[in-house]
Amino acid sequence: MSLRASKSRKSPGAIAFRILIYAFLIFLAILSLMPFVIMLVNSTRSTPEIQANSISLIPSTYLQNNYRILTGKSFDPLTGFKNSLIISSFSTVLTIYFSTLTAYALVAYRWKLRNSFFTLIMAIMMIPAQVTSIGFYQFMYKVGMTNNFLALILPSIAAPAAVFFMRQYMLGSFPLEILDSARIDGSGEFYTFNRIVIPMMKPAMATQGIFSFVSSWNSLFMPTILLTDSDKYTLPIMVSLLRGDIYKTEYGAVYLGLSLTALPLLVIYFALSKYIIAGVALGSVKG
Amino acid sequence: MPKHKGINYAKYGYIFSIPFIVIFLIFSLYPTIYTAVIGFTDLKGLGNTEWHFLDDLFGNFKLILNNNTFKTSLRNTVVIWIINFIPQIVLALVLTGLFTSSSLKLKGQGFFKVVFYLPNIITAATIAILFNALFSYPKSPVNDLLIGLGILTEPYNFFVKKTAAQLIVAFIQFWMWYGYTMIILISGTLGINPEIFEAAECDGASGIQRFFYITIPNLRTILLYTLITSLIGGLNMYDIPKLFLNGQPDNATTTVSVFIYNQAFSGSYLYNRAAAASMIMFVIIAFLSGLIFFLMRDRDASREKKLAKAARRNTRNNNNAGRGSNISEKGESL
Repeated sequence: MSLRASKSRKSPGAIAFRILIYAFLIFLAILSLMPFVIMLVNSTRSTPEIQANSISLIPSTYLQNNYRILTGKSFDPLTGFKNSLIISSFSTVLTIYFSTLTAYALVAYRWKLRNSFFTLIMAIMMIPAQVTSIGFYQFMYKVGMTNNFLALILPSIAAPAAVFFMRQYMLGSFPLEILDSARIDGSGEFYTFNRIVIPMMKPAMATQGIFSFVSSWNSLFMPTILLTDSDKYTLPIMVSLLRGDIYKTEYGAVYLGLSLTALPLLVIYFALSKYIIAGVALGSVKG
Repeated sequence: MPKHKGINYAKYGYIFSIPFIVIFLIFSLYPTIYTAVIGFTDLKGLGNTEWHFLDDLFGNFKLILNNNTFKTSLRNTVVIWIINFIPQIVLALVLTGLFTSSSLKLKGQGFFKVVFYLPNIITAATIAILFNALFSYPKSPVNDLLIGLGILTEPYNFFVKKTAAQLIVAFIQFWMWYGYTMIILISGTLGINPEIFEAAECDGASGIQRFFYITIPNLRTILLYTLITSLIGGLNMYDIPKLFLNGQPDNATTTVSVFIYNQAFSGSYLYNRAAAASMIMFVIIAFLSGLIFFLMRDRDASREKKLAKAARRNTRNNNNAGRGSNISEKGESL
């Protein structure tokens, strides 16, 4: 195969074709990156600078000034960041722990309703919570759990897609024989799960964790309807304020607000991109 | 936890499933039923929780199905989804063909995958408002760029033209999702038995022929899966159309989710109408996920068949069986 490839590389047509392909790929890469580059650079520029020339690759010196304008109005990035971090962290921990536990119940034990239970999980996996949000909102309102983070955190214990992913991973690479030796050593089932299964599932839990965290961090619909108290706003709700009239002409501040919400994700993404891409290939992104 | 010997372990299957089931019943099933019930009632008004069934039980559903904004929003949702999905799947397939080609062996694939997937990880709310800033009128990066390139002579107001607004929303969706689709398709292609490609190469099939006659037919299931999951996601589209132009101009970017939100959480807080609209969407989405469900069961079943076959062969020929199970493992990457 390599012989054939090197042969085809010699013809000028093939070289031109390769150059064309790379040009196309680089064009797409610029298309993906450019909006974020403009966003980051413009967050350091003053509104007059942006109005004079809205595209620039050279940062300016108005970062602090933009931050003052941004936070002088209703945008409070620190509160938003803190709230988002609380909700996303707890949701993620609950999702990965209980999804692993549920998957373990499905893989390690033979019980009568096992297949029916798995069928149920498959059936509800794709139904988005959004289409039942009216009932959810009314229910939470009645029990006084609007403006309570638990309303957003607790449901993540039952994450069908995460259970599905964990089950697939366990079926593929978990040595069930180890459980027998644990039992012979007198280890209780719950202890075995916490002390033996969890450590062995760490790679899958990390992958699922990234996706659960990001999807919780990014979610807008449910937090918007449940959290009406501005102290409880998550970062995406804060972002939605940037479109209002109060920031109409403050371009620098708007770009800075957007950058502040995107930066943590950009950092996490570039640090973990290898695992994230591999995780997407495993089809876990719907976590 | 008890540590008796000779214990019946099956009960732990039930015990360990309890948290999932309890939370599912409370936070998923109950709200679903509650939403369905609200659809038949007179529940409206901020802070109101009192309700009675309507005399005309299906009154809300009739009103919604005859509501012009609902019809428009359903049409917008489907139109925007189609304009986003066709180029998305075409581009993802082309990139899959390029990245998996054995004769091209492109460099920097890791870099391109990371960059193409990047928009998917960033908060949709942030992206919607970023694009609002990028396309705004009269001064904005896109207007400046188009004038600089000589494509426009004066700034264009994208936000007052219905088609332009829909195209931009569709473009954002396309831009956010083609990298994801590409990675799924590449992973599917890598799961195809390499022997098929080698045999075709020996028979003199060109790279393009191999792509059309081997890769695409073998990706059928994954393509269908991508199509349906994307459609379900598309039907729920909310963040981008809501924050990009708040459904405007003239409701051109009002999707069903934006419509439901506006019915229930603004104006006169018509929870009952919103619930009826939600249930209509629920039925459509449940039907679509039913399709995926059978699709994936099919794959599971065929994988088990393959494994069983491989196991049977194993008794006769070790070598063959090893390959058989290897293929089915790769096939599960979905």
